[in-house]
Amino acid sequence: MSGPVIRVEGLGKRYRLGEGLRHTALRNLLGDVLRLPLRVLGGGGRASHAPPSAESPAANAPADAGPAINGNSRFIWALKDVNFEVRQGEVVGLIGRNGAGKSTLLKILARITRPTEGHAEIHGRVGSLLEVGTGFHSELTGRENVYMSGAILGMRKAEINRKFDEIVAFSEVERFLDTPLKHYSSGMQMRLAFAVAAHLEPEILFIDEVLAVGDASFQKKCLGKMNDISKQGRTIIFVSHNMTALRALCTRLLWLEAGRVKESGDSAEIINHYLQNHRVENLESIWNDASTAPGDDRVRLRSVRVILPVENTDPITVHTEFRIEFMYWNYMPGSVLNVSMILNNLEEACVFSSISDFEARPAGLIRHTVEIPGDFLNAGSYYVNLHIVKDTSIGVLFHKNVVAFEVVESESVGSWYGKSPGVVRPKLRWHSEATGSGDCAVSTAKNSVTPSPV
Amino acid sequence: MSTVVASEGSTYLPELPVLRITPPSRWWVLPAGELWEYRELLYFFVWRELKVRYKQTAVGAAWAVLQPLLTMLIFSLFFGRLAHIPSGGLPYPIFYYSALLPWMYFAASLQNATNKIVENQNVITKVYFPRLILPFSATLSGLVDFGISFLMFVAIMVYYRTEPSWPILMLPVFLLLAVLTALGVGLWLSALNAIYRDVRYVVPFLVQFWMFASPVVYPSSLVPAKWRWLYGLNPMAGVIEGFRWSLTGTGYPPSRMLLVSSAVVLVVLVSGLMYFQKMETTIADVV
Repeated sequence: MSGPVIRVEGLGKRYRLGEGLRHTALRNLLGDVLRLPLRVLGGGGRASHAPPSAESPAANAPADAGPAINGNSRFIWALKDVNFEVRQGEVVGLIGRNGAGKSTLLKILARITRPTEGHAEIHGRVGSLLEVGTGFHSELTGRENVYMSGAILGMRKAEINRKFDEIVAFSEVERFLDTPLKHYSSGMQMRLAFAVAAHLEPEILFIDEVLAVGDASFQKKCLGKMNDISKQGRTIIFVSHNMTALRALCTRLLWLEAGRVKESGDSAEIINHYLQNHRVENLESIWNDASTAPGDDRVRLRSVRVILPVENTDPITVHTEFRIEFMYWNYMPGSVLNVSMILNNLEEACVFSSISDFEARPAGLIRHTVEIPGDFLNAGSYYVNLHIVKDTSIGVLFHKNVVAFEVVESESVGSWYGKSPGVVRPKLRWHSEATGSGDCAVSTAKNSVTPSPV
Repeated sequence: MSTVVASEGSTYLPELPVLRITPPSRWWVLPAGELWEYRELLYFFVWRELKVRYKQTAVGAAWAVLQPLLTMLIFSLFFGRLAHIPSGGLPYPIFYYSALLPWMYFAASLQNATNKIVENQNVITKVYFPRLILPFSATLSGLVDFGISFLMFVAIMVYYRTEPSWPILMLPVFLLLAVLTALGVGLWLSALNAIYRDVRYVVPFLVQFWMFASPVVYPSSLVPAKWRWLYGLNPMAGVIEGFRWSLTGTGYPPSRMLLVSSAVVLVVLVSGLMYFQKMETTIADVV
């Protein structure tokens, strides 16, 4: 068996908090030096309580230039005690929340920044794709940018020459090859950039969130290409928030939390643990005491619950049918009340709103239930806003984000690992048939279709 | 397919380059081998710079000639005709242009190198390559403009029917000295500017001040002989006098001044390399 191609031992990276201050450090230094004579001359005035030596620039440095010398609180460990090994041909995914250290780890392995302690050993030619279009310049033409970007990503000129036609074909921008990049649409720039990156052939590839940009078909192309690369026995370390892609592509996952490896192992297992840890879900809100519940002397909210089918305790998938139940106390017997539910997604965009039936309600607890069909919502996080409305026009209660739930992808469709595009993902009735020889007028007139002899 | 790769894996693994990533420590070593490995990228940076510099300009690379030419005319008129600065018998256009050749190269390289790191910060934070390539490329791309403006100098020589003699053979030495000076100072400025953005605003003054501390508008013979060695601490003084002497064959070869200049260049260059590489280890966290 081949040994590990990447070995990381005790890796740590410490950042100074407020690193940006270093840009102004010169100003502080100059300022202190320039102020020095003034201080010495007028020293007796304001600062009479302090001994003269405390007024020197050196004594002032920790206060002004902050990061210079100070307690441990000034530093933050973005990574600490990270140990792992990667064997040849493995595709290892890094997951974790923002700020968990994923990108820092990738940057150290890609040699963009240096570790503070520990070390890593890498066997083989390394390529890093931390961004699509590294080295692109808007004044250069598409052709020139292919060479520049290729060279920056680590290709030899001869190698670019050899692959040039292939890259151009992959990018689908042949016609604009001699047009400056600034006249390209962002989609075209992206395609060209990815075409260059896709033709890198290092033994080890580091990829950071490249898939987070671009449209669905572009993401699909990226993922497909990564799949090809991993099948060629090359090693990939890959940062992403796309669970479906991670599950499908990675042989193993490292879960980072607060700069340390929290868990590592089989993709599906780690993803499950991770998702359990990071639920945005709030499946029910219940107020038992009417006096503190939201509302006033007209209505008060009792509860809002997301109710899953009894047999289904797993996460809500795109296929799951479920219900949302709203309960409230009515203090206005006989008034016409209805609830209106507004469903927002993570981007705060309204997915839809729906209104209950309205009729005169008696005093006491009122319950409304709405059914959300399966094969309707797309994967994602959803928030429910609630309106209780009197006489179909007067709002008597509004509650924002009263419950939240998450809809997850159930499995990949064909070779496509990403989220389907679109706000909703309804299952629509499709009719497909072969319609004969191609003569439209004839085939539409027919009721039954005979298979064409192809 | 996959079985082939697996069997290959065990055989070619030992030949793979091994990379060790460690906390910064050995920053005084010149990574000559690595620079050589990345020579094509250096070429591409120079090429991109030249491509971009004259895109969307009306006369393009003619600026490389126009700048020294117009400066030479202004100097000849004001310092020559009006101020009567001694030119050692040389026609003023030749006297000034021969000094402006290395000086303009030097000044442009400094300004270029200063901005190099900041200009490329999006690349620096996304991909690894020896950062030394950036100031190197600033120094090298200036040589192309130097070459173009040198052709203009040949035309001026022909116009004044001045023929170079054997000292012209020494020109490559002075050119090398100019390149090394520009590189040494450029290393310092680009590294400093990455950390203190003030440097960008200081450089134009520095260049202007430095020009008057160099024999560009006057001959170094105006400097009292007993201070001449001190004057040589400015390496560009040796370079410019050397250029005048080797291109026109008149004046004196800068001998002792040249020795002092070379020593200073060596110190600036080595310390610049050291400082740049010290800065390089933290650059991605700072820019």
